[in-house]
Amino acid sequence: MNSETMATRPERLWPYLLLGVVLGIVFTRAEVVSWFRIQEMFRFQAFHMYGIIGSAVAVGALGVQLLKRLEARSLTNRPMEIPADSFRAPGWQYWLGGTVFGLGWGLLGACPGPIYVLFGNGVTVMVVAFLSALVGVWTYGAVRHRLPHT
Amino acid sequence: MDFLTRPWPWYVAGPLIGLAVPLVYLYAGRKWGISSTFRDVCAATFPGDIEYFRYSWRNLGAWRLTMALGLIIGGFIAAATGPDEVAISAATRADLTALGLTDFSGVVPSEIFSWSALTTLPGLVLIVGGGFLVGFGTRYANGCTSGHAISGLSALRVTSLVAVIGFFVGGLLSTHVLLPLILGGGS
Repeated sequence: MNSETMATRPERLWPYLLLGVVLGIVFTRAEVVSWFRIQEMFRFQAFHMYGIIGSAVAVGALGVQLLKRLEARSLTNRPMEIPADSFRAPGWQYWLGGTVFGLGWGLLGACPGPIYVLFGNGVTVMVVAFLSALVGVWTYGAVRHRLPHT
Repeated sequence: MDFLTRPWPWYVAGPLIGLAVPLVYLYAGRKWGISSTFRDVCAATFPGDIEYFRYSWRNLGAWRLTMALGLIIGGFIAAATGPDEVAISAATRADLTALGLTDFSGVVPSEIFSWSALTTLPGLVLIVGGGFLVGFGTRYANGCTSGHAISGLSALRVTSLVAVIGFFVGGLLSTHVLLPLILGGGS
């Protein structure tokens, strides 16, 4: 394919809406959104969540490696934002930020995707969790220059 | 239809979720992740004087905000066509019963995640406190379960592996140390 000079095509939003709908159904049907399932995971009492995360990573990794090997272009000709391989030592932000996130995940039993899905499920009180998460994000934005990152 | 109402096994759900990563790359080269939508909403509504929220959220965030809307719609469709009860293991049920939970009929425990529970200490701490930590942590770590555990590990990123280790350290602390204190002390 001689496509070095091809212009970007407009990126539509409906594919993302469709992707969200499909994922919302999968998250609900596989019970990933359930606080009970997250508890089961953190208590190592079922394989379910580990199977989901593990097989998602396997399929994702296979797809990403394939796209890299084939040097695939995106359908809209936007540049691929696949992060380059790096062997930089992970900084504090990953250790500390990850742990803070995990503390919240263990209590709330929902990560960002499931917060949206649960609201759709009719657990409307998740609006409060969402607003609280926004306050958390805002607080991070306000104090980030004082936190260790690297 | 049985398939629509029974919980989907991990080997169906996991690959479907994992496919999102190469599909989003293939369509527009974007790195799949959900938690950046929280930052987009902050940038759109209340950026203040904070540099972190001064970026073109419309250009960078439109795709993921649209996906988030889809997640709500998908959640609505799925809940309207299936059961609530989650078939967790007997061991988990016993552990949670020992913590004082009695209602296992919903997708989440109604004793904690309901509007009336917001006025109780456990409800307030889990919903408001948990939400705050999820928001703060996801931006500090620069990604959540989708961005780090799925997208990041799919690209074999060491930084994402560290973030995921952090997710589990935090989650284990909450589950085994904080939760007994919160549920035991307040109900």
